[in-house]
Amino acid sequence: MLGKLDWSAIPFGQPIPLVAGAVVLVAILAVLAWVVIRGHLPYLWSEWITSVDHKRIGVMYILLASVMLLRGGSDAIMMRIQQAIAYQSAGYLPPEHYNQIFSAHGTIMIFFVAMPFVIGLMNLVVPLQLGVRDVAFPTLNSVGFWLTATGALLVNLSLVIGEFARTGWLAFPPLSGLTYSPGVGVDYYAWALQISGVGTLVAGINLVTTVLKLRTKGMSYLRMPMFCWTTLASNLLIVAAFPILTATLAMLLLDRYLGFHFFTNEAGGNVMMFMNLIWAWGHPEVYILVLPAFGIYSEVVSTFSGKPLFGYRSMVLATMAICVVSFMVWLHHFFTMGAGPDVNAIFGIASMIIAIPTGVKIYNWLFTMYGGRIRFATPMLWSIGFMVTFIIGGLTGVLLAVPPADFQLHNSMFLVAHFHNVIIGGVLFGAFAGFEYWFPKAFGFRLSERWGKVAFWFTFTGFFVTFMPLYIVGMLGMTRRMQHYDVAAWRPWMIVAAFGMLLLCIGVISQIVQLVVSIRNREALRDRTGDPWDGRSLEWATSSPPPVFNFAFYPDVRGEDAYWAMKQHAKEQLERREPEYRDIEMPRNSPTGFICAFFATVMGFSLIWHIWWLVIVGGLGAFTTFVVFAWRDHDEYVIPAAEVAKIDRANIEERRNLVSMAGGV
Amino acid sequence: MNLLDPQGPVAAANATILVDSVFIMLVIVVPTIIAILAFAWWFRASSQQARYQPNFVYSGRVEMVVWSIPALTVILLGGVAWIGSHKLDPAAPVPGTGAPIRIQAVSLDWKWLFIYPDQRIATVNTLTVPAGAELKFQLTSSSVMNVFYIPQLGSMIYTMNGMVTKLNLRADNEGKLLGLSAHFSGDGFPDMMFDVNVVSPVAFPDWVAATARSDSVLDQETYTKLMEQSVEKGRPTYRLEDPRLFDLIATQHIPPGPGPQISSNAGRQGSGAQDAR
Repeated sequence: MLGKLDWSAIPFGQPIPLVAGAVVLVAILAVLAWVVIRGHLPYLWSEWITSVDHKRIGVMYILLASVMLLRGGSDAIMMRIQQAIAYQSAGYLPPEHYNQIFSAHGTIMIFFVAMPFVIGLMNLVVPLQLGVRDVAFPTLNSVGFWLTATGALLVNLSLVIGEFARTGWLAFPPLSGLTYSPGVGVDYYAWALQISGVGTLVAGINLVTTVLKLRTKGMSYLRMPMFCWTTLASNLLIVAAFPILTATLAMLLLDRYLGFHFFTNEAGGNVMMFMNLIWAWGHPEVYILVLPAFGIYSEVVSTFSGKPLFGYRSMVLATMAICVVSFMVWLHHFFTMGAGPDVNAIFGIASMIIAIPTGVKIYNWLFTMYGGRIRFATPMLWSIGFMVTFIIGGLTGVLLAVPPADFQLHNSMFLVAHFHNVIIGGVLFGAFAGFEYWFPKAFGFRLSERWGKVAFWFTFTGFFVTFMPLYIVGMLGMTRRMQHYDVAAWRPWMIVAAFGMLLLCIGVISQIVQLVVSIRNREALRDRTGDPWDGRSLEWATSSPPPVFNFAFYPDVRGEDAYWAMKQHAKEQLERREPEYRDIEMPRNSPTGFICAFFATVMGFSLIWHIWWLVIVGGLGAFTTFVVFAWRDHDEYVIPAAEVAKIDRANIEERRNLVSMAGGV
Repeated sequence: MNLLDPQGPVAAANATILVDSVFIMLVIVVPTIIAILAFAWWFRASSQQARYQPNFVYSGRVEMVVWSIPALTVILLGGVAWIGSHKLDPAAPVPGTGAPIRIQAVSLDWKWLFIYPDQRIATVNTLTVPAGAELKFQLTSSSVMNVFYIPQLGSMIYTMNGMVTKLNLRADNEGKLLGLSAHFSGDGFPDMMFDVNVVSPVAFPDWVAATARSDSVLDQETYTKLMEQSVEKGRPTYRLEDPRLFDLIATQHIPPGPGPQISSNAGRQGSGAQDAR
C-alpha cells in the first residue's frame, strides 16, 4: 500500500533534522493558522496562488528563493562549523548526515535559490521594461512557478521523511546508482529536479517568447534595455540546456528504477557519459544564472551614474557571445579524467575565450561610471562590490581553465572558493542589487537604505573572510567534501572561514531586519511617483506598484533609455490633452498551476517511495488539470475604460506634482 | 601539502604555470580594480571637480582597447595552456634515474590498494617509492569514481571501474608526503588519505624484500574482502600472488565492489565509516 514508506523513514535517532523539521512544521502551521483565522485565505487564493499576473508570480518566485536561501544558508553554517571542529575528530555531524548536507546545500542554492531569484526578477521586470501588459503565456508562467515550488518542497521533505542524496549536488554515478546509493536520497534529488526542471523549461520558453514577440511600439531589439537582452540570452540557454538535464536524469532514473545500464559499472554502462551530459547542461547553467545578473548591474550602474550604458552594442555582442560560447566549454570540468592534451588544451582555451566578453562588460560598466554623477544607493554598492569581487573570481576561473593548473586544483577547496566567488559575488550580489532596486516598483515603497548598507558591508566582508581562506587551503592540497581531516595546516583557515560565515549570517539577518523596518516605515518610504531612482527604462514610467495592466497605453519608444527620453519632454507630455481611454483585456486568474503542482508533488513523492497506485493518481490528476484548462471557454476579463482612466489619472497627478515641485525638468 | 612546495618535476612545472598565470592576470586585474574604485570615488555625485558627461556613451577607441586587453591576455594564456597541456599531459613520460617503477593503483571503497606487479608486492593506504625514479601509474577503481592525487608530486587523475587511466610522476626528495582521493566517493571518503614514503634508491630494494616476506597474500579472495565498504586504519602489506590481478580488476573479470548492505527500507543503511573514529 505505501511502497517502501514505513516508520523507519522518520529519523527518530537524529536530533538535528528532527528538531529542524519540527520547528519548520510548527512555523508553517502557525502561518497557516494565522492566515485562516484572520480570514486572509480567500485573498491569498484569488490574488496570489491563482494569479497569472507576471508581477505577482515574480514576487512569489523571489519569496521562494528567499526562504530557500535560509535553508541553504543553514546547511552552509553547519558545514563550516563541522569543518572548523573536525580536525582529528569526527566533529558533530556523522558522515551520512554531513554528506546529505553538502548535497542539499548545492542543490538548493542552485536550483531553488539562484534560479528562482533570477527568474523571479525577470518575470517581474521584463514585461515592464518591454512596455507590455503581460508575458506571452500567463497561465503557463504560473504552472512553471508552482512546479519549481514542488521541487523545493520535495527536497525539504527529505529532511524528515527518508534522506536526501549523499552524492554531491550533481549525483555522479556509479555512486548515485542503485548499487552504491540504494536509499531514497538520490530519488528525492532526481525527481525534485525533474519536476522543477519542467517548471524552469516552461519559464524559459515563456520569457524567450515574451522578449521575441511582445514588445511595445518602437521597441526594436537594439532599443531594449540590457536586462531584456540578458534575459533573452539566459532563457535561450534554458531552452537549449534544460532538456539535457532532464534527459540525463531520466537515464539515471531508468538505471535506478528499471535496471537499465546507461551509467552503471556493468553491462556497458559509461560513467564518463554522465559526466559529459551533466556538464553539457551544468556549464550553460552558470551563465543562465549570471547573465541576468549582468543585466541587473547594467541597469543599476547606468541609473545611478546618471548616464546611458556605455558601449551598448558592444554589451549586446558580449552577451550573445557568452551565450554561444558557454555551450562549448563543458569539458573543463573534468580535465583530469584522462582526455588527451589536444582536447584539454582546446577546451581550456575555449573557456578562456569567455573571459573576453566578460572582461568587456566590466570595462563598459567602468566607462559607464566615467563622467557620471554616481549616487551610492544600496543597489549601486552591490554593483561596485560585484565588480571588485567578480574580477577575482574571473581570475581564478581563468586559472582553472589552464589544464596544468587544474591538474593541481580540480575538486579542491580552491575550486569551491572560485565558484562561490562567482556565484555569490556575481549572481547573489546581482540578485540583491535587483531586489533593492526593483522592490519599490513591486511594492510601492523603498527599502531602508541604512539597513541595506549594513547588510551590504557585512555580506561583502563576510564573503572575503569566508572564501579567501578556502582559496588558501585549496593551495594547501585540501579537497572538497571532507567530513574530517588530520592535516594541521588546514585547521586555522577553517576556523577563519567559520568566522566569516558568522559575518555572512549577520548580513542576511540585516536584510531581514531591513525588510521588517521598511514595512513598518512604509508610509515614510512611499514611492508616489513610480520613479524613485530617477530611472531610465519603461518600468519606471508606470506607478509603483504598477496596475494589473501595467500601462494604460502602450508606450511609444523612440530610442534607447526610453523613459529617460520621455522625461526630457515630461512637461509637454503632462500638459498634453488627455488621451481617450479604452477597455483593457487581461488574462483571467487560474488555479491550473497550483492544482497541477499539487498532483505533481503527489506523483513525485509516490515515485520516490514506490507507491505505484498513487503515482497513477498523481499523473492522471496533473494531466486532467491541464486538459480541463485547455478546454476553457473564457480566459480573459475586461477592465472597463472608466477604471483604467481612474487609475491612470491618479498616477499622472502624482507625477505632475513631482514635476511642479522640481520646478520643471 | 603546499602546492607551492613541490617535491617532483611535475608538481614543480604545474606550480610554475599556476604562478605565472596568476601574475599575467594580475597585471590586468589590479589596475582594473583600482580603476573601478577610483572612478566610483572621483565621479561621486557630491564631487565638485568631476565633470558630468552624460553623453559619453560610445568611443570607438575605448571599445577597441576594452576588447583588446582581455583578448591579448587570453592569447598569451592560451599559449601557456596549449604548451602546458602537451608538456604536462599526465600520460607523458617523466624520465628519471634508474629503472621506472610500475605501480597499479586501485581505489577501493574507502582505501587505496597499490600493486607493484614487478616486485610482486602490494600495500594498502601507503605508497613507498624510490626518489628519482620514474613512477608509472596505471589506475582503476573497484567501484565508484575517485581521483588519485599526491599534491606535492603533481597532477591528479580519475580512477574509474572498468577503465585504466595513466599517470607518470617522479619524486625528487626523500621524505614523507600525503596523498588523497580528490573525488567524493561515499561515507568513508575523508579516510582515503594515504602516506607516501619517498625512500632512497638504495633503501627501496630493502623495503621491497621486507614486504615480500609478508605473511598475508593478496589473491582474489583477500581482494574481495578488501572491496567491502570499510575504512582501513592500519597499513597492511601483501605478497602478490598473481601479477595479473590488476588486469582482472580493470577488465571486470573480478566484479565491482558490492556497495552498502541494506538494513532498512528507508535506505539509512549502516556504513563502515560510522566507526571511523
